Amino acid sequence: MPDTQKQPFDFMGLRKIASVFSIFLIVASIALLGVRGLNYGMDFTGGTSVELEYAEAPALDEIRAALTDAGYEQFVVQNFGSDTTILIRMAEAENDQLAREISDLLTSASGADLELVGSEFVGSQVGEELKEDSGLGLLIALAVVLIYVGMRFQFKFGIASVIPLAHDVIIVLGVFALFQWTFDLTVLAALLAVIGYSLNDTIVVADRIRENFRKMRVGEPWDIINESIHQTIMRTLNTSGTTLVVLLALYFFGGEAINNFAIALIIGVVVGTYSSIYVSANMLMVMGVTREDLMVPAKEGSSDESEEEQPPEWLNRM
Amino acid sequence: MLNKYPLWKNLIIVFALIIGFVYALPNFFPDDYAIQVTGARGSTEVDQRVLDQALGALESRGIEVKDSTLEDRNALIRLSSSDDQLRARPAVQAVLGNNYLVALNMAPSTPQWLRSLGAGPMKLGLDLRGGVHFLLEVDMETAVGQRLEALSGQIKRELREERIRYRGGDVQGDREVVLSFRDTEARSEAFDLVRRQYTEFLMDESSEDGEFLITLTLSEAEVRSIQEYALEQNLTTIRNRVNELGVAEPLVQRQGADRIIVELPGVQDTAQAKRVLGATANLEFRMEARQDTSSVETEEFSFRDTPQRNARLERDVIATGNNVANAQQAFDENGQPQVNITMDSVGGDLMNRATRNSIGRRMAVLFIEFRTETETREVDGEIQETEKRVVEKGLISLATVQSALGSSFRITGLDSIPEAAELALLLRAGALAAPMYFVQERTIGPSLGQKNIDAGVASVAFGFALVLLYMLVFYRGFGVIANVSLTLNLMLLLACMSILSATLTLPGIAGIVLTVGMAVDANVLIFERIKEELKTGASPQSAINSGYGRAFVSIFDANITTLLVAIILFAMGSGPVKGFAITLCIGILTSMFCGLVVSRAIVNVVYGGRRVEKLSIGGKLANA
Repeated sequence: MPDTQKQPFDFMGLRKIASVFSIFLIVASIALLGVRGLNYGMDFTGGTSVELEYAEAPALDEIRAALTDAGYEQFVVQNFGSDTTILIRMAEAENDQLAREISDLLTSASGADLELVGSEFVGSQVGEELKEDSGLGLLIALAVVLIYVGMRFQFKFGIASVIPLAHDVIIVLGVFALFQWTFDLTVLAALLAVIGYSLNDTIVVADRIRENFRKMRVGEPWDIINESIHQTIMRTLNTSGTTLVVLLALYFFGGEAINNFAIALIIGVVVGTYSSIYVSANMLMVMGVTREDLMVPAKEGSSDESEEEQPPEWLNRM
Repeated sequence: MLNKYPLWKNLIIVFALIIGFVYALPNFFPDDYAIQVTGARGSTEVDQRVLDQALGALESRGIEVKDSTLEDRNALIRLSSSDDQLRARPAVQAVLGNNYLVALNMAPSTPQWLRSLGAGPMKLGLDLRGGVHFLLEVDMETAVGQRLEALSGQIKRELREERIRYRGGDVQGDREVVLSFRDTEARSEAFDLVRRQYTEFLMDESSEDGEFLITLTLSEAEVRSIQEYALEQNLTTIRNRVNELGVAEPLVQRQGADRIIVELPGVQDTAQAKRVLGATANLEFRMEARQDTSSVETEEFSFRDTPQRNARLERDVIATGNNVANAQQAFDENGQPQVNITMDSVGGDLMNRATRNSIGRRMAVLFIEFRTETETREVDGEIQETEKRVVEKGLISLATVQSALGSSFRITGLDSIPEAAELALLLRAGALAAPMYFVQERTIGPSLGQKNIDAGVASVAFGFALVLLYMLVFYRGFGVIANVSLTLNLMLLLACMSILSATLTLPGIAGIVLTVGMAVDANVLIFERIKEELKTGASPQSAINSGYGRAFVSIFDANITTLLVAIILFAMGSGPVKGFAITLCIGILTSMFCGLVVSRAIVNVVYGGRRVEKLSIGGKLANA
């Protein structure tokens, strides 16, 4: 390492503050989930939604009044994407003809020129099952990651990569609970994508930590981890940068249906980037990762070189 | 350190990219609006004459025809706009009549030379092309219940034939049949008989109030196989019915243990589709009760068309519509309408056993319909609507058994030709083995579909452009290389999706966008590594080599774990989530290939095999 290089930024110096910050976020998120809960979308609760396209922007109050007059209860009328598009959501999950009835009702009530552009009906039982399956999916994903990383690296690394994932998922959920944004299937998909993304980040940092533990013969774990984060920080920021850039494009151009998906991922990427630096490395410090944890078992006749993880032979043939 | 790929390696990469290019290409030809003409029945041929008739109808209305082709069993007429398409359909249907089905379709305009290579565009999901999506649930309780009724009828009939006297035999709960006997002797004979012939039951003996009972319980395995059969049978029936709707490229697929997904692209009238799909009807064959049969063992039904006429039938079901293999309307010697029925082997067997001792008696065909009914009531001045599931059973025929029936027999005594034709159709088109209910439904209008496509394309385009810019600013020359490999990556992704004929949905497009953002990760990792190597004083050539080599492990681990998560997403997810997971999975694989291999090949071509003083990779240190 040339002497001219400036001292690496002391990432680990901030670990206490970061820990407090993370713990605060997690506690706050769990509290929000407990108190306010998630605003589940129709995919999970069951219900009916109708999307209508008016020729001219209608008054939402008139639509509400027309629906109330017709004896409907528990409905939400809102603009969807533009002021001529109306989305009506209802809790009713038994009548599968409701969409047609409502569009007929509004046509005859207001005489307005409108078109039924889309409708959705989800039976309540389907929603209930989906909720269970989804939770299970998240848990399986975390378990598989734990096993794979535990095998490829070492058990402490497995823990140190799964905790940040849980951290990210909980915080994204917390934000959704805070703002009461609709949590539907696409958001769930985004959540799993966040796991994938954050994991990607965490693994890259962990990989460098492993390499440095093997390569650098001197130095405390503290220094080694600090140095590893320093070496990977540009990559972490650039990859987050390109990902955020496309997600912003998705948010602004992808249309209403995909908005919450994009938001969940944007929050997830930001939190995931932070957690791969602080939460993951912090966990390794707390668990006291040592050089011995990462030593490749000495093989007979192996040279010093072989302690470094080499690309597999087939890559060189590629 | 030369950084040269051998010629063969470069050739393989170029070859892969050419294949990718060819198979991605069809996606850039816009689909034509088209109408598709098919025969209403399998036997109806669509020939040149039919096509000419259709074209004539379009010409007389001034609808411009772009192209028309006659394929194996259908004709495709390409039109120039969506309006023409909507006007053309009723016009052609009117000319061709009810023997032909005319459906709206979108026809890919892939050029012939590409089609001959088997290349075609990705399929668009319903959210992009418009249509209806249904999720139907099979009522498994009823499926098992019906089977249990049929088995209990069969067992009792056999006991009678073997002259084993029993006092009663009732279905109890949803899994059990309880037979009761006067003495242990009869019971043990019956026990042996049932054990020999009905292996689907678990048996248990007991006695109660001087009655000797056998409790037959359906085994778990049998319940599962009944449910499996019910689902498969319903799938087949739904497929037949969907074909009758005349929808181009419908999808009928089972989901899980008891659900069926039906997707009908282009269909807007959900009411009609639901009427046809949801007509849950079945048939039962039963004997008319003898005068002396106790009322416990009989049931009274009225006729479907003349409700004032009644008939008293035995409770035991001989066979159901599920056992009918074929049915045709025909005429008997006196010119009276009749229906010729062919049963499958099980059905033939049952029919023979039931009728050989019943010549001269009358056999009834009972039509059973499951419907959802809306009931409107006034409660406290408020009108309340409740949904009820009703079962309606009505007689459609009651005919005298002339001789012992086998697997082929006929039903006579039908009033009219239409009645006979309807009965034949119902028997043939296949009845549902168990009733089904709609549990999910989604309608996407064509305008919404187009809006989604536009939004998807816009977000891919903007995301892509921004990433290109980002990489160019940060990595200069190497940024250009990353951008070229990213572009190729997108091309390969499209090609793979097209080759696998995966369905593209809006969440799928989101997956592509995300892939674009994350795909450059491999290159970012490599480039940062190269910069590091340069910092430590390595020569440009060896920096490139070790940059690629060392970054590999990180890229591999990171991508494999992400791939695992994507696969879980695919396995657990439904509908929209699956579409997202597919593009994510394929995207990860193509990103690895492009990020590692293709970008390396480009770097080798640009820098390899010569002395290089410095690399254009951005950042101060690299250029110092």
